[in-house]
Amino acid sequence: MAFVQNLPFISIILSLFSGPLSSILDGKKAKWLNLAVITAVGAMSAAVLVFVIGSGEPYVYMMGHFPAPWGNEIRVGTLEASMAVFFCLIMFLCMVGGSRERAIELEASKENLYYVMVDLLLCSLLALIYTNDLFTAYVFVEINTISACGLIMIRQNGRTIEAATRYMIMSLVGSGLFLLGICFLYDLTGHLLMSNIQEQVKLLHETGEYHIPLLVSVSLMSVGLAIKSALYPFHAWLPDAYGYSTLSSAAILSSLVSKGYIFLLVKIFYRVIGFDIVRDSKVINVLFVFGIVGMILGSVDAIRESNIRRMIAYSSVAQIGYIYMGLGLGTTAGVIASIYHIVSHAATKSLLFVAASGLTDASGDSTDFFDLTGAGFRNKLAGAAFTVGSLSMVGFPMFAGFISKILFAQAGVESDHKMFLTLVALAISTILNAVYFMKTVIRIYTPIHRTGLPKKNFEVVRAGQQPAKSFAMVCFIILNLVLGLSSEPIIRLFENGLKMFA
Amino acid sequence: MSRKIPEEQYKKTRSYRLKQWLEGSKDPYLDQIEMKPQKDFKENKAQKEQRKAEKDRLFARIYDVEHNAEMRIFRKIYRIFSVLFCIFLVLMLLSAVSYLPTIGHAENPANNEVAARYIENGLQETGAVNIVTGMILDYRAFDTLGESHVLFIATCTVLILLRIDGKKGKNAVDVPMENDRTHEPKNDVILQTVAKILVPPIVIFGIYVILGGHLGPGGGFSGGAIIGAGLILYLNAFGFEKTERFFRASTYKKLSFTALACYSLSKCYSFYTGANHIESVIPLGTPGAILSSGLILVLNICVGVVVAGTMYTFYVMFRKGGY
Repeated sequence: MAFVQNLPFISIILSLFSGPLSSILDGKKAKWLNLAVITAVGAMSAAVLVFVIGSGEPYVYMMGHFPAPWGNEIRVGTLEASMAVFFCLIMFLCMVGGSRERAIELEASKENLYYVMVDLLLCSLLALIYTNDLFTAYVFVEINTISACGLIMIRQNGRTIEAATRYMIMSLVGSGLFLLGICFLYDLTGHLLMSNIQEQVKLLHETGEYHIPLLVSVSLMSVGLAIKSALYPFHAWLPDAYGYSTLSSAAILSSLVSKGYIFLLVKIFYRVIGFDIVRDSKVINVLFVFGIVGMILGSVDAIRESNIRRMIAYSSVAQIGYIYMGLGLGTTAGVIASIYHIVSHAATKSLLFVAASGLTDASGDSTDFFDLTGAGFRNKLAGAAFTVGSLSMVGFPMFAGFISKILFAQAGVESDHKMFLTLVALAISTILNAVYFMKTVIRIYTPIHRTGLPKKNFEVVRAGQQPAKSFAMVCFIILNLVLGLSSEPIIRLFENGLKMFA
Repeated sequence: MSRKIPEEQYKKTRSYRLKQWLEGSKDPYLDQIEMKPQKDFKENKAQKEQRKAEKDRLFARIYDVEHNAEMRIFRKIYRIFSVLFCIFLVLMLLSAVSYLPTIGHAENPANNEVAARYIENGLQETGAVNIVTGMILDYRAFDTLGESHVLFIATCTVLILLRIDGKKGKNAVDVPMENDRTHEPKNDVILQTVAKILVPPIVIFGIYVILGGHLGPGGGFSGGAIIGAGLILYLNAFGFEKTERFFRASTYKKLSFTALACYSLSKCYSFYTGANHIESVIPLGTPGAILSSGLILVLNICVGVVVAGTMYTFYVMFRKGGY
């Protein structure tokens, strides 16, 4: 066994271990430890990715001395490894971009606890990506939930406490349903290992035994994970949680936490149940409908919002809708479009959060829509970054969002009887996206003396004043351009990864 | 005939005090315990009105029922829908359960080779007499590693929410400084005596449960909970002055870090050797002996320390917000 194959396990343990270690360090040291761990894990995941692409086949890694159905194991393919690399990259940039806000908004004595949360969140994301065992997935879903809650409420004001409470309740409902689904599945198959469950489910499907409990189990797991990733009717916790938490929390929550759950759902569809059986079960049609409703109503909510951060948060609801619509198409092309959108949305949404905070810095820390008038002139880099993010979200060519939209449209055209709905929803949602994003872009580039609004003396923020945030914004812009301009190899990577899944 | 003793000497004897106690002629707690009667909650009319107005204003600002039609409709249908939804969920789950395989049937899917190997080979392969311990700490140790970190991160979240720090950040909330025992009876003799008798056996029993986790029912989670309960009882009886002599926030931090680091490192070793097919050098020992079953004993102690610290810290955080 090559040493590289140990790296996924080492990266999980490293991030797990750095959590307790941060709890005894002071805030500053914990911060550097956290950045070092994210970098190290990213580098290790990249090495694993290169190895898996080279070998061309996935491998399983035994966690302990006992082989799989008895012990635990993790499984590494190109899709898993590339997701790990990508998540580390985004998390690193989010942490860098939000460092100034953390220094202002967090209690100094509790700063190290923030890094405990982030380290363990990274660990749980890695474990969710790599695990080949349903129950392990559940354990790390728990860690993920609690740490996300901590990330929301560590900026202690009334709104975040309320948001964290809501998040906790909704997320625990989701966890509970997911656990019930696992229990049902275990009772029917007698296994927790994904590959073994898949064999048993295939047998059950052929004989037609236990049809109803199987259906209930699939729907419980889908609904549970949909609640946790804020699919439309279950999104009530989202705007407050993203809108009032500290910047890096909001960016990480929107771009990584919800995506981890969606990735787990894709994994369950492909590796636990089998995609054909899921498609036959009609559960995905429900996801498809909710996805489409979310795409439109999430955008409508965003249009009505005047607080810029809550607006971006509502836009997340719409984008999560896109992802579920892609899953709901029931074709491999749809799933690939969804995975691509996971990536492009993560890159864009975190860019938007960072850029919006750059704009509010230049508007006296006000998140109100009208106070942002002319903010693009006062903070030029943030203005440019926000414009790039908006164009990407709307689906302007050259940027990441365009590629995922075109993939969705292609997948929709290929599908049998969902073509019309998909294309219409895409069109309506794109127009609505354009309404609120372009409205904001025009607003930040409107000189304040032309609007007739009372002139306020907002300070001008130069890129050099906030080097960390500027660095993060530039990197995010480059990432968006890379995803938008050279999407071909990345899509091929995901296609191969998805083939390795089955 | 009984010997007659002088009155003063008689008053010092136990029988006199017993007689007093039986007759109720003297209050034994007089000058021993200070009890403050609770004051009734009183406010004058102006205060009452102000409180009501503030509450209404808050309510109106958050929910704005008068102007927000959406909220008004939502509030009306919310209750009906929540009840309907619960009924639907319960009925669906109940009916789904009725389709599941019958409990206890030998042909059930859950009775497969996985469970068979745990039961038949568990003792030889893990060295633990208690198969459950062998399962959670050896076969599926990765899950338990995650689970103990769930406890750790839960404590961290409670610390974020409830810990009151001396040094305040910019957004810290001002908390009126109040002694944690203002509203409690001081030095309750009954509680203290009972605690004196009970705490040592509780803690020893907890240690026994932890150490015997691989030999019989028990283990780190249950034993740690027992020790934590013992510590909480001790704290209630004697207050923070006594417990802070040996258990402070820094103690908890160090203990939990050591335990979790120990856990991670030992599991790191066994995962690494297992995956790379290297023979582990840790002997399994004789099943039934206290020093047996490889790393399980160490892991049980680590889990026990984390659980006990977590329980105690939760209690302290909710009671006082720091220690």
